[in-house]
Amino acid sequence: MVCDSCKERDAVINLTQVEHDSKVTLHLCEQCAQDKGVETGVAVLKSPLGGFITAMGKGGASLLPTPADGLRCPSCGATLKDFRETGRLGCAECYGAFITHLRDLLRRLHGSSQHVGERYTPPGEEGTDPRHRLLDLKDQLRRAVENENFELAADLRDRIRVLE
Amino acid sequence: MIDLSLLPDGGMSWLDASGPKGSIVLSTRIRLARNLEGYAFSQRARDSDRTSILTRVEEAVAASDQLGGGVGFRLDQMERGDRQLLHERHLVSKELAGLDREARPRPGAALLVQGPIGVMVNEEDHLRLNGLRSGFALEEAYANLEAADGELGRLLPFAFHAEFGYLTSCPTNAGTGLRASVLIHLPGLVLTKEIGKVLQGLSQVGLTFRGLYGEGSEVVGNFFQLSNQTTLGKSEEELLDHLGKIVRQVIEYEEQAREILLREATTIVADKVWRAYGTLRHARTLTFEETMNLLSGVRLGAGLNLIPGLSVYTLNKLLIFTQPAHLATSEGRSIGDPELPTVRATYVRRVLDAEAG
Repeated sequence: MVCDSCKERDAVINLTQVEHDSKVTLHLCEQCAQDKGVETGVAVLKSPLGGFITAMGKGGASLLPTPADGLRCPSCGATLKDFRETGRLGCAECYGAFITHLRDLLRRLHGSSQHVGERYTPPGEEGTDPRHRLLDLKDQLRRAVENENFELAADLRDRIRVLE
Repeated sequence: MIDLSLLPDGGMSWLDASGPKGSIVLSTRIRLARNLEGYAFSQRARDSDRTSILTRVEEAVAASDQLGGGVGFRLDQMERGDRQLLHERHLVSKELAGLDREARPRPGAALLVQGPIGVMVNEEDHLRLNGLRSGFALEEAYANLEAADGELGRLLPFAFHAEFGYLTSCPTNAGTGLRASVLIHLPGLVLTKEIGKVLQGLSQVGLTFRGLYGEGSEVVGNFFQLSNQTTLGKSEEELLDHLGKIVRQVIEYEEQAREILLREATTIVADKVWRAYGTLRHARTLTFEETMNLLSGVRLGAGLNLIPGLSVYTLNKLLIFTQPAHLATSEGRSIGDPELPTVRATYVRRVLDAEAG
């Protein structure tokens, strides 16, 4: 979307203002927003209130400028706006995609963003648990059948039989 | 109709009042939130992802020493009444059971139970492991749960981040993913009007309180769930230790309040307790909320040994069995809302007559 003011640059901010009892939404690029004396979305999200209210999905943040689809998780496609509306992230990769925003939020929610609890070692990295290999093969078998790769499926089924 | 007899004790051993401080603390519950790598979180996942997640969890559970050989319930294939029954029994959340207006359970929504451990699948997070114990028993509840979690984590790849810990759909659960709740009955503090101070103090030490059914539920019958508010930045042991210390203190305050009531308001307390008991034994209609409040009074009386021949276990069971889906099950038919108070009162009279003679 093009900036409503300069009609040149891409709009990154939706500015909703209430004038004479009606709502007006302007789509502005970062520069025009600053010229109008509006803080950029990034700066507002860093303020304690902005980030907290929006993340908790309590509303009341509609008058704050918001980055228009600025951040999008490359894995699940969820945007920061989705998170703001639902209070839920789309997938585990969202934590990396919105890392600055989330680190800030986690510090405010928990007083820290650093996990100090149990360290998790994913399957396969701590040696070979035969049960895990079996489950892994079964998962591969399911995918092979779904993809109609029956040769691979037959091979996997034989290997599963041996393990079982 | 589902067969809850498949569950040992119908999944209700947590109610038997056998645990430490059983007359004040009903139960201790700890849950761990976990998600599988490679799938979107439940809300955003596709239906095929959800069923695939369920299959993988079922296979891992079957292969696990801690959880193998248990019972499974497919919430997405159950009638509303049966789903409500599991919710009333505190075995599944409202979200998993799809009980909100116009809600349906997600495809692949399931509960897997083995002994004191329940695994909700495709809840807000892919897995919610729950450990449930009677009375005040944080360590015991966590010991089983930690073992089950460790085993599942070796069989399934959990989403984990070096800085943020276990990754959850809602950032309020990230880190340890651990929420421990102690379901506690505090009539003494309510009657002595000390409860406000206690609850206010909780938020200052990083704890929070909710009603009987957890998040979003109201406080009825002086039952409170006390739990940790934060899940990140402290270890599992620190979180449990902190909650344990504060709950111990709250129990002490409650015991002191009960002593004061007995000493300084003997007649008033005895009158309240016996009036509540009289109403429960003779009323012809009872709403759910009234029942909770009356049971609270009688439970206090049983705890103070004012009412002989009445066990706390019976009263705990009444808390569960006087809810709509349980009444329908015991009657073997569906019961309309207008009829519920009558059916409930009849049920309560029957149980108390049998128990106390």
